Amino acid sequence: MDTMRERFITITSELLDEDPRLALVLAEISMDGFRPAQRAHPDRVINVGIREQLLVGVGGGLALTGLRPVMHTFASFLVERPFEQVKLDFGHQGTGGVLVSASASYDWPAGGFTHMAPGDVALLDTLDGWKVHVPGHPDEAEALLRHAYADGDEKVYVRLSQLSNAAPRAVDGARFLTVREGSAGVVVAVGPTLDDVLAATEGLDVTVLYATTVRPFDGAGLRAAVGSGPADVVLVEPYLAGTSTAAANDALADLPHRVLSLGVGRAELRRYGTIEEHTAAHGLDPRTLRERISRFRAPRPGA
Amino acid sequence: MTQTTADATFRYEDLSALMARMTGAEKHGPAATSTLDVLWVLYDRVLRVTPDTAGDRERDRFLLSKGHGPMAYYAVLAAKGFFPVTWLDGFGGYDSPLGHHPDRTLIPGVEIGSGSLGHGLPLAVGSALGLRAQGLTRPAVWTLIGDAELDEGSNHEAIAYAGPAGLDRLHTVVIDNDSATHGWRGGIASRFEAAGWSAVTVDGRDHAALHAAFTAAHPGRPHAVVARVEKKA
Repeated sequence: MDTMRERFITITSELLDEDPRLALVLAEISMDGFRPAQRAHPDRVINVGIREQLLVGVGGGLALTGLRPVMHTFASFLVERPFEQVKLDFGHQGTGGVLVSASASYDWPAGGFTHMAPGDVALLDTLDGWKVHVPGHPDEAEALLRHAYADGDEKVYVRLSQLSNAAPRAVDGARFLTVREGSAGVVVAVGPTLDDVLAATEGLDVTVLYATTVRPFDGAGLRAAVGSGPADVVLVEPYLAGTSTAAANDALADLPHRVLSLGVGRAELRRYGTIEEHTAAHGLDPRTLRERISRFRAPRPGA
Repeated sequence: MTQTTADATFRYEDLSALMARMTGAEKHGPAATSTLDVLWVLYDRVLRVTPDTAGDRERDRFLLSKGHGPMAYYAVLAAKGFFPVTWLDGFGGYDSPLGHHPDRTLIPGVEIGSGSLGHGLPLAVGSALGLRAQGLTRPAVWTLIGDAELDEGSNHEAIAYAGPAGLDRLHTVVIDNDSATHGWRGGIASRFEAAGWSAVTVDGRDHAALHAAFTAAHPGRPHAVVARVEKKA
């Protein structure tokens, strides 16, 4: 199976052939994979060198002329480093484009904190109108990239990762999917966390929702899943813990509720090693997830 | 909207009266006038864009990057009929489309919202690339920056890329009034020339010299015009 990033290269190269409005901007990262596409479309596959402010600024300029820009590099250099360009060169100009990141929160643990971007979705949350897709499988990445490229002049962020679930789901670029039904609480698993969440909640009487489009947040889907049961909600996100807590609270504003927010910790681990070790260190492995979810669901004293 | 702008009869001499309509509240007065002659020559004699063609694909694009001190810009746009001169009276007010930094979504003829320094040149590079990718080889893309704005590193990313990319429809005017604290040893034009641009330095108050610099041929290369004006008081 190819990775999400490899699928991004395949599908974007193919769509550059089909859609004359699509243009790709790179800052060296993934350039080798796009060489055939660049030969075929030298004016629409643009590598600006290691210049991330220019990466986003050029995308903004392409959008001003009516093209649909796709900008790509690692998340830390796509969202964090040129954040003001993301804010002003799209939102403030009233234009749109697609940001496609790789490396996610800790895809390259041995690379250390400089190449980790657990805060990317939270940062975009400070801006208006950005859609955020977090695929959990290369097939979902393809579906969501196709959706994003064809999504008019919307501002869209697609967060690719090495982490993947074993099987793809039929994602639609908008709603949460109900993967398991229960009656005593709801667990929302975002993107690549789904398999671990399913393992962690095996045998528990909870509904499991699968979220691959997290902005806009499917508040109606969450509210419906809670139904008349206890409004005990667990969010499991593969980026900064708590990123979607406010969105979940807003969705449940009309009833008493509790939210447990699990995700990547804020503190730097200052550790290298493997992806699996980092998943465990952030308490996102199935065993630790089960402990944290069970503790949250346990009857409170006096209840 | 009813066309209340006087019928394209404004002359350069009328601009100071138009600027005077934007009274008091403007916070960057001297900077506003450093751009006046450049803007007038561009809109009067160089840019192929009018109120009627402001939405055409084939129009020339002018991206004001140095967004602060926009009074001269607004006066020139009003003089050329992009919006009614009566708009000038409300400058900076809550109900006015004319802010102390321009917003492209509010003002006809304004290509970018600016104010944060160092955004216009990268956006202009992207615009030049976007037009080229669509086979629109005729429109010119212009941006105007200041010598202190050149401090922003984003400009240097754009300058270093645009030369080798051969963006010959791209033009940058640098208004140089010696406002960069650390200066530009060796001259501003040398930064562009070293990256493969055509560059010329002229008196930013001399309309004939500006026109000649703006219309100089620069085949295969982007073009920079450094317009020297008096140092800010």
